[in-house]
Formats: sequence, C-alpha cells, structure tokens
Amino acid sequence: MASGPASDGPAPTVIVDDLHVVYRVYGAGGDKGTAATALMRVIKRQRRPSVREVHAIRGISFVINHGDAVGIIGRNGSGKSTLLQAIAGLLPPEQGCVYSSGQAALLGVNAALLDDLTGERNVVLGCLAMGMTPQETKDRYQSIVDFSGVGNFIDYPMRTYSTGMAQRLRFSIASAKNHEILMIDEALATGDANFRAKSHERIVELRGEAGTVFLVAHNLAEIEASCNRVIWLEKGQIMRQGYDVPAIIDAYLEATGGEPRKRDKPHQNEHSATA
Amino acid sequence: MKERTRDQGGPGTLTDDLVVPEIDASTLADEPLADLAARYRLRPSAARPGVFVYARQLWDRRHFIVGFATARNVAMYTEARLGQLWQVLTPLLNAAVYYLIFGIILDTSRGVPNFLAFLITGIFIFNFTQRAFITTSRVMPDSLPLIRALPFPRACLPIGYVLIELEQLVMSMIVLTVIVLASGEPLTWYWLLALPALALQAVFNIGMGLSLARLGAGADDFSQLLPFLVRTWLYASGVMFSIQTISSLRHHPTITYLLQVNPAAVYIGLVRNSILQSQRIGWPGSKPYSVGNCALYHTGKKAYLEYSAYCHGVVPMNALWLWGIGWAIVALVVGFVFFWQAETRYGRG
Repeated sequence: MASGPASDGPAPTVIVDDLHVVYRVYGAGGDKGTAATALMRVIKRQRRPSVREVHAIRGISFVINHGDAVGIIGRNGSGKSTLLQAIAGLLPPEQGCVYSSGQAALLGVNAALLDDLTGERNVVLGCLAMGMTPQETKDRYQSIVDFSGVGNFIDYPMRTYSTGMAQRLRFSIASAKNHEILMIDEALATGDANFRAKSHERIVELRGEAGTVFLVAHNLAEIEASCNRVIWLEKGQIMRQGYDVPAIIDAYLEATGGEPRKRDKPHQNEHSATA
Repeated sequence: MKERTRDQGGPGTLTDDLVVPEIDASTLADEPLADLAARYRLRPSAARPGVFVYARQLWDRRHFIVGFATARNVAMYTEARLGQLWQVLTPLLNAAVYYLIFGIILDTSRGVPNFLAFLITGIFIFNFTQRAFITTSRVMPDSLPLIRALPFPRACLPIGYVLIELEQLVMSMIVLTVIVLASGEPLTWYWLLALPALALQAVFNIGMGLSLARLGAGADDFSQLLPFLVRTWLYASGVMFSIQTISSLRHHPTITYLLQVNPAAVYIGLVRNSILQSQRIGWPGSKPYSVGNCALYHTGKKAYLEYSAYCHGVVPMNALWLWGIGWAIVALVVGFVFFWQAETRYGRG
C-alpha cells in the first residue's frame, strides 16, 4: 500500500534500479586440476582459472506497482530465477539496488528444505523459519499437511518423497503465510492435475491478499491467464516488457521459433491494465 | 483456456547478436528510481539491519534455532541401525580408545593423579569446542539451498550448529559422570560449578562459531586448513598433560602462563577443578608455597602427586574464572559483529 505522500497513480511496491547480479562459480574447469598446476598458479600469482564469474543479471530496471501480477518469461538460463532471488534479497546485488515495500516471499522449485528430516519436522521448521510463533505453527500444522495431500508420508524423511510430493509440501508450507510480495518460481510445474487446480486457487487467493505477485513459468498459458504484465528476459537483460501480455508472448514465441498462440477468442484478461 | 506447455528449446535457439532492450517508457518513472523508492519509503531488499535490530530478530527466531538443532541432532543417526544410541556410544568408544592408548599401552600419568579421569574429561570438553569449530566453518556452504530459499537471520545457522554440539555434550557428560565416579572421585557440591563453566564454553563456541562461519563462507581453503589448526590447539591445551605441573615447562613461566590462559585450557581447567577432587586439591597455588613440599612433588613419586598444590601457582583458580568469562564475552561480541557485517552476502556462495 502507498505509504508515501504521493497519490498520483498506483503506488510502487518493487523498484529494480540498474541491477547487476554476478555469481562466482568455483571448479568450473580450466587447468588440469593437479597439485602441480595449482602450485604454479600460486607462484605466478595468477587467479584461479577455475573461478568463473557469471554475469547473470546485466543492468535491469523496472517499477512494479501495487496490484500487478508480473509474468517473467525467457529461455533457460536467461536469469529469471536469479532475478526473483535478487528481488527477495536472497542474492546480493553486485551493482544497483532492489527496493521493496516489504519482505518478499519466494516459492521455488529449488527451495529445498531439510531432506533428511521428516515432512512433519520440515513443516514445523519451515513455519518457524518464516517467523511464526510455535503456537501459530501448531494451529496451521494440520491445514498445511491436509493441503499438501502427502498423507501418511508426512512421517517419512523428505528424501523419500517423489519430486511432486516434495514440491507440494514445500508449496503448502510457504503459502501458509500471507505475504505482501509473492514470487512463484515454477513451483507448480511437477504437481499433478488435482494439486495444480488446488494451488491455482490458492495463488489467486494469495494474490488477493498480496500486493504484488511475480510468476515464472514455462507454461505461457498460465502466464497469460494470471498476469497483467510481462517481462521478457534475454541473457540477463530485458528484451521487452509491458502490459500488452499477448503481444509480447507472441513476439517471444516468434523469436524462439514457436508459433503464435492460438486463442479461441479475443483474450480476456481480468487483470488487464491499460498502461 | 487451452493448456499447452511450450518447451523453450535449449540456449542458442535465438541468434546471439540481438539484445535490443525495448523499454516501455510508461513503466519507468521520470525521476531517478532511488528517489522514487525513497518517496514511497521502499527499502533496499538486501539491506542489512542495524546490529541491535539484528540481535532482536535473532531472538525472535529462537524457536527456529532450537528446533533446527534438535531436528538435526535427531536426523544425524537416522541412517544408523542403533539410532540415537550412538549419542552415548560415540563418547564411550572415544573414552575406550584413549584408555587403551594412554592407560594401558603408554601407561603414562606424567605426574597427574587419577590420570584417566583427567584425560577423558579433557578430551570430552575439548571435543565440544573442536566439533563446534569444524561444523560451523562449513555451515554456510552446506546450507546454501536453505539460505537461498528462505529469509531469516543467517546467524541462526551457526548458533544452531553449536547447539547441536551442546546437545551431544550433554550425552558425553552423562557418560563422563559415570566414568569419573567409577574412577573413585567423590560426588561433591563442586560438581555444580561445571554448569556455569560449560555455559561459558558454549557462549565462547557460539562467538567463535559465528566468526568461523563467515570465514568458511568465502574460500573453501579455510575449512580445509582448520582441522590442522584445531589439532595443533589440542596438543597445546593440556588435554593429555597438565600444563601447570608438567616438568618440561617448569622453567618457562611465560609459556606456561600463555598456554594456561588459552580458552580451551581455561574451560578444561574449570570443568576438571569442579568434578575432579584430585585436580582441585592439587591445583598449584591452592596451598601456601612450600619449597620442600613442591620438591617432593617433582620427585614424581605417586605418594606426593597432590603436593603440586604447594608449588607456585601460574593462574589462580579465581583468575581462571575471570579468563573464562572474558574469553566468552570477547568471542561473542567480536563474532556477532563480524558475522553481521557480511549478513547480506551469504547467499552468494
């Protein structure tokens, strides 16, 4: 919500200002990897060739307003997940800054919790880590387990879960709390049809409560259905972005060699905003 | 709505030359973005809270820290058939190995009364610090998925790891109590002093663990080197000999003093003095200095082992407590601030 004095137009909730994110990857290959070559490197005062810098996000700026549902599209490795982690404050920016109105919550595929612990422990620890009190955790516990639908497996270590089950449980844990800014990173890709329907409802519900939603999905239909705005990333930079979701998606499909989406009727987007 | 998932194809399906950002002008404000953010009171999402705010956030997550430590401790032995029994078996086997080597094979008491209880106490106490150091130096790289998934004060992780070792220590202390009583030491009120001594050691370990977690979060070289440093420290901390009475250090008071006030020797000394009566009454300086009696001690005869009390004290027992408190406070304050300074960088890996 707008806490500032200005009242012209919607209030921004996330501002990304010339953001750069650099990963350092160790052991990315290079020399022969023997002790002798390592010694020579130290003597010659060279940097380790196996330390590679990956410039994952290269100068991105945008302003997201309250009530926006933003779809982020782009090919594998274009920096979508990195961007979300940077907005959530989980990855530090190399240069530039991300401003947000509150703590952003990120629901991701890779949000691995503690694999050698039982589902039950994971639920409790996840809730506590998100800052719930033990009492709140106790109150929410049953509904989280019920929603995830993992049933008796809740007593088993999470490493015994199938990918879909683990993802369902993680989503259930993370969505148990109301968040001001919600980011969903392919969190629903491996759920079964039943769970996808359930979680779609939950997302719509969360979006009603949350000010802003980010959605990364390779399923463009899902983006088109849920988002009023789209950002197309290419190699860590913004290729196109705007409120004209169908046009950008079509351009994206054309560029990646796909056919334009066939739409049964002129697209009706409940969230369409005229920019 | 038609459900059609598109595969995006691998990298390289788009020609490499065209990255032409097309910014929709309406989505960018006219003013600098930083000013816009300030006007709406948005805060940098990777901002570091103030040190006191951070301490309060940490306190708010205390249930998480304790839950994390307990759960990890439970999970540690889930793959083992004997399960939690290993919590007791590990210290027992440790004690058995040291009994075999030092008690039977080497048969060396080096002028220490009740050497076996002396040795095992030292090993168990040092083990707490040793394990805390090694595990906390690896906690940040090991927890990278968790760090990148959930926002919480990162100091929860090293503190949690020290608590895991503390829970292990409780098991070790139960085993130790049995061994010490079986070795003929009496149960006295002095035993209660072991509790504040261990509490101080735990605070010291948390402080050092925070520092080590930050050092270990950077280059991996550090956590490779650390085990050697800790082992050197083990040999210098009077675990297997008594710093104050060993004859080879008799004429080097400065070295003796420095060895005795090092944190590991301090905490080991405090616990030994509380649960081992033979140590407490033999502590140098605890009786008025007497040349003759001290010389009798240095003859090395078994009957005069406790005459070390008549020798010059290097560090009086009260001073040992002050050193213990000092090390704990310094380690905690330095470690906390040092860890907090890098709070926003731990996700980088």
